[in-house]
Amino acid sequence: MNMAWMVVRRLFHAFVLVLAVLVLNFLLIHLAPGDPADVIAGEMGGATEEMLADIRKTYGLDKPIYVQLGVYLERALQGDLGQSFFYNAPVLDLVAGRAGATILLVVTALLFAIAVGTLLGVLASHKPKGIVSGLVTLVSVVGYSAPIFWTGLMLVILFAWVIPIFPIANMFDITKDTGFFGFILDVLHHLVLPALTLGIVYLAQYARLTRASMLEILGSDYIRTARAKGVAETKVYTHHALRNAILPVVTIAGLQFGSIVSGAVLVETVFSWPGLGTLAFESILARDYPTVLGILFFSSVLVIIANLITDLVYRIVDPRIRTGG
Amino acid sequence: MTSLLTIKDLVVDFKTRAGNARVLNQISLELKSGEILGIVGESGCGKSMTALSVMGLVPSPPGKVSEGSILLEEEDLLQASNARMRQVRGGIISMIFQEPMTSLNPVFRVGDQIAECVLLHEDISKTDAWERAVEMLTKVGIPEPALRAKAYPHELSGGMRQRVMIAMALSCHPRVLIADEPTTALDVTVQAQIFDLLKDLQRETGTAIIMITHDMGAIAELADRVAVMYAGHIIESGLTKDILENPHHPYTRGLIACVPHLETDPTEVRPYLSEIKGVVPSLTELGKGCAFADRCPYKTPVCEERRPDIEPISEGHAVACHNVEYVVAV
Repeated sequence: MNMAWMVVRRLFHAFVLVLAVLVLNFLLIHLAPGDPADVIAGEMGGATEEMLADIRKTYGLDKPIYVQLGVYLERALQGDLGQSFFYNAPVLDLVAGRAGATILLVVTALLFAIAVGTLLGVLASHKPKGIVSGLVTLVSVVGYSAPIFWTGLMLVILFAWVIPIFPIANMFDITKDTGFFGFILDVLHHLVLPALTLGIVYLAQYARLTRASMLEILGSDYIRTARAKGVAETKVYTHHALRNAILPVVTIAGLQFGSIVSGAVLVETVFSWPGLGTLAFESILARDYPTVLGILFFSSVLVIIANLITDLVYRIVDPRIRTGG
Repeated sequence: MTSLLTIKDLVVDFKTRAGNARVLNQISLELKSGEILGIVGESGCGKSMTALSVMGLVPSPPGKVSEGSILLEEEDLLQASNARMRQVRGGIISMIFQEPMTSLNPVFRVGDQIAECVLLHEDISKTDAWERAVEMLTKVGIPEPALRAKAYPHELSGGMRQRVMIAMALSCHPRVLIADEPTTALDVTVQAQIFDLLKDLQRETGTAIIMITHDMGAIAELADRVAVMYAGHIIESGLTKDILENPHHPYTRGLIACVPHLETDPTEVRPYLSEIKGVVPSLTELGKGCAFADRCPYKTPVCEERRPDIEPISEGHAVACHNVEYVVAV
């Protein structure tokens, strides 16, 4: 089976998945207690029976649930995710406006976690009972077990108060006007702490995973072969062993993408990062169904895309899968 | 013929939880250029460890080369720098292993793995190294070598992979090839092919081979000389013909008796296969006596008192046994 055909097949799977996600999300949110008409009426200043009925009619909430679902799916496929009750704006615009910030945060954190985690794991595998390995294990356990908001607050205390070098909130400084490149630098400057916070949790897992995986690979016969043909020790690690040890890391990275998006909700709240996390938080409080659905939908699509990419990367890294089909 | 590789009084210790295990005890071997030296013995007797010591690949810790020397002509490899050892490995002494299924890196094309070896040891362009890889694959009898060079290990059979290993090991024209049970994992017809291949290549290139095996048939067919190992000691060594037809050590005699024969005389009844009673002693618990004493049918009090030295009994034939004359007479 060749690559192009594989991609086509996976894209079809992805499409079916997206549909399923839309339906499930819709049903899930309707299972939750609470009536959006109450909330909207509350916002408008009074809730008489008449007014509630009127609101239900306006938003189609008086119709049977399968009709609502049908309408939702039809509109969603046309790119219309509905109108937010709370923000009174199209959901798609809301989500699209915030998605960039979240993707920037999540991807930076993930890349940081993978790069540093893998490096630490490789270092630790060199002497599995040495000091470096012990430190890596310690840092990993602490990083993984600490609550994400606590890690965030500690970093804020350390880098914004004890050594004030990084800003603690928002994505950029609106008081500055420094042109395009200045703006980019400003965003990166603001990105450091949130990305670090989010990254540290996942870094721990990559470090442990890489260490374990490397130790297993280093004991294998083909590493002995590499040494027997005179390959230098550094290259044995970086070329022969890491290339094999990275496989589980790729798998986990794909799977983790979903949980890292949900982790972003907490981090965005701590750092007032204007992404989907803060939007999700606010719209859940406001029972803003269309927006919550839109965010769930969007993060599902992100996860599906991440898995698709993982599949492709896996094929590139491991030739055995390429022919396996 | 001059001596190419000389192992002198080599001692290798492994620290284990049960105590110090002396996996190689006063091993002395000599390999002349162009010959095939067989090392036989059962699992755990130190055959592979001897090979790894020569390669400088004794896993350390827990292993440690405690005493002795390994001379490549005049140069002591145990004193050589890491950089020098990297030149030696694969360039002057190369090795093939018993597990062809797992000895090749699964994520690289086999051609690249061979070319890597060439690039490490010779000042040569990448294209030339690739061509050398294809040429080596042709030499080891792989059909469509240019195509196979682009294959990944999982696309090849076990026999093919062992051929690739041999191609890789010989790609830099080494002077010594160590083959550590190269056919154990392969089925019998493929075993014969691999032995023939090694023999042909040896004749063609003049590379000296150390053939580690427990297959007496392979030894009979290939080796010029044989060393028999038991529990970290060499207990007998000599010309293949002498060892096979006129073994002196009780262990060697037992080993040879263990090889099943097709009976030439159908009236002869041999209901059981021969065996050597008992098990190999734990290397952490070797006493001061002969390591084989517990299993030896010819044991005398002196065997438990003192370990026998390996002594020449005739030209090129040496045995480590207190009671050689008695054993042979029986």
